[in-house]
Amino acid sequence: MAQARPTKSRKKTLSPDAKTLERMLYYLKLTREAETRIEQVLYRQGKIVGGVYVGRGQEAIGVGSAIQLLDGDVVLPSHRDFSSFLIRGFSLREIFCNWMARSNGPSRGRDNTLHIGDMGRNVIPIISHLGDTCPVACGVGMVLKWRQQGNVALVHFGEGTTSRGDVHEGMNMAAVMKLPVVFICNNNAYAYSTPTDKQYAVKDLAARGAAYGMPGVKVDGNDVLAVYSTVEKAIRRARSGGGPSFIECKTFRMTGHSAHDAAEYVPEKLFAQWKKKDPIARLEKIVLGNKILSRKQIDQLDEEVRKQVDDAVAYAEASPYPKSSDAREGVYCEDDCWWRSTPPVNE
Amino acid sequence: MERDASVFLLGEDIGTYGGAFKVTAGMWEKFGNDRVIDAPISESAIVGAAVGAALMGMRPVAEMQFMDFVSCGLDQIVNMAAKIHYRWGAAVPIVVRGPSGAGVHGGPFHSQSNEMWFVHTPGLKVVAPATAYDAKGLIKASIRDNNPVIFYEHKYLYRRIKDEVPDEDFIVPLGKAAVRREGNDIAVITYGAMVWVALEAAELLASDGISLEVVDLRTLLPYDEQCVLSSARKCSKVILLHEDTRVGGLAGELAAVIAEKAFADLDGPIVRVTAPDTPVPFSPPLEEYFLPNVQKIADAARQLAVY
Repeated sequence: MAQARPTKSRKKTLSPDAKTLERMLYYLKLTREAETRIEQVLYRQGKIVGGVYVGRGQEAIGVGSAIQLLDGDVVLPSHRDFSSFLIRGFSLREIFCNWMARSNGPSRGRDNTLHIGDMGRNVIPIISHLGDTCPVACGVGMVLKWRQQGNVALVHFGEGTTSRGDVHEGMNMAAVMKLPVVFICNNNAYAYSTPTDKQYAVKDLAARGAAYGMPGVKVDGNDVLAVYSTVEKAIRRARSGGGPSFIECKTFRMTGHSAHDAAEYVPEKLFAQWKKKDPIARLEKIVLGNKILSRKQIDQLDEEVRKQVDDAVAYAEASPYPKSSDAREGVYCEDDCWWRSTPPVNE
Repeated sequence: MERDASVFLLGEDIGTYGGAFKVTAGMWEKFGNDRVIDAPISESAIVGAAVGAALMGMRPVAEMQFMDFVSCGLDQIVNMAAKIHYRWGAAVPIVVRGPSGAGVHGGPFHSQSNEMWFVHTPGLKVVAPATAYDAKGLIKASIRDNNPVIFYEHKYLYRRIKDEVPDEDFIVPLGKAAVRREGNDIAVITYGAMVWVALEAAELLASDGISLEVVDLRTLLPYDEQCVLSSARKCSKVILLHEDTRVGGLAGELAAVIAEKAFADLDGPIVRVTAPDTPVPFSPPLEEYFLPNVQKIADAARQLAVY
């Protein structure tokens, strides 16, 4: 596990630095392109197996937080945090193989969407029972705290999930035990079809932080720089033994709950309003304004991102499905465990 | 815990207080705050945190103050812990342990035998010791196992059973049953506190000339099919005994496997002696009616012996 390093002092004019801004733009674009391909092309072609949940419009939350993690940090992304997986080192090829139920996806065809984990990359995925990763993050936080290497755990969930008891139990336990856990809520205004006024009665969920005895902060979730700096403060606090924080990122789900959901219950004007706050367009403007990249370089980046997604799709389509009888394997972890003794096909 | 620094305890009132049944008494004094952790009343967070720590390389042992309360942590056990290895190949070496069972007038929420919730969940192991020797050997095996283990300690046995427990490090392997008493006429297959009731019944029936074999399953998932079948074949008659309620109890599964694989060896119907399908009542006459006892086993055995 890498040791946490003290944050380097940066130029006052640009925070984070140009290199980080460029990387953030890349991951925002890669996430958008990959998810758009999954939801609007492959799903409609019948090539995606199972449900499709994407985070279009809210990519800044995953990018602005995961980008600043150190090797020994752990992330527990939600199903709308595609970028966290990319930043932690999952390849597009792996991810597309999983979406397309192939044997060489990280779950080897056992679980769909972004239910992919790997402790080698310190990623613990959600299960469909939302909120369950909050207590799990506490256990991760306990171990990180014992190791005294200044590492943190980030756990992501939506505003709908905050109604679940596990979020309460997890936030309370983290506060009581002063664990290095940052709770990041992507408040995207709808939980499936349920608007926030049917989900909770406080004005801002951020107010709940105080109820647990931890800082609760709200931030514009479509502003990747604001997400970055807010999460940075919470991470710094956690690394130095200050305990957990709760961050409410206000954003909007620019799509249905899943690909089969046309989101007719969402007033059209909301989509129009939030389109103007698109996180990618906003960062592009900053990158252009600060002359970090030229228009031409951004066009090249777009082209590069498209090619990477093309490659991953082609790779996944050429990959085999799992062998049927493998369904019985790997229920238990034993010494001669199938996961370790049998490499996936095509690897 | 002395042997392996990755083992730690997490639960309600287990530290300075030593646990509601004093199972962890003295541990906090010896191992301190970091390894004997008093948690808030949050069973789901206790189990979930155990899972998170296990993924990070630890071997947590989570206590449910009563196994009845495991329902509050059920989701983390059956959906998170049980499925992680199958889904993405990571080991989840946790133990969730606690007192179960009736006989102490604990009422509907401090007396349940809810082991079948977990026996019906692939990915878990379920253990229920009947002897002090096994309690030590099986808990060590459970902690060293790389899978989530649900460990049922029958509370009636805590203060009633005494036997020699060696000081040295030993394990009782998971998945292996024990024949507690050899017999020829009827195999009584059971686990937990009912092992002792079955042994008492065997003693009583011996004077009637009916010889009972008593099988202690020790591990309920995966159960020792070979031992079950071999006793069934040997005796040709079987009583399946448990304190758990009837429908969906382990007896049903064992009856099915015996019928599938040892049908030709049977000389009589497969008989179940179990609690009725009710919650566990509180008042002594009600609870006594609820629980299987020596008389109920003896009656069933005498009827079965006629075949």
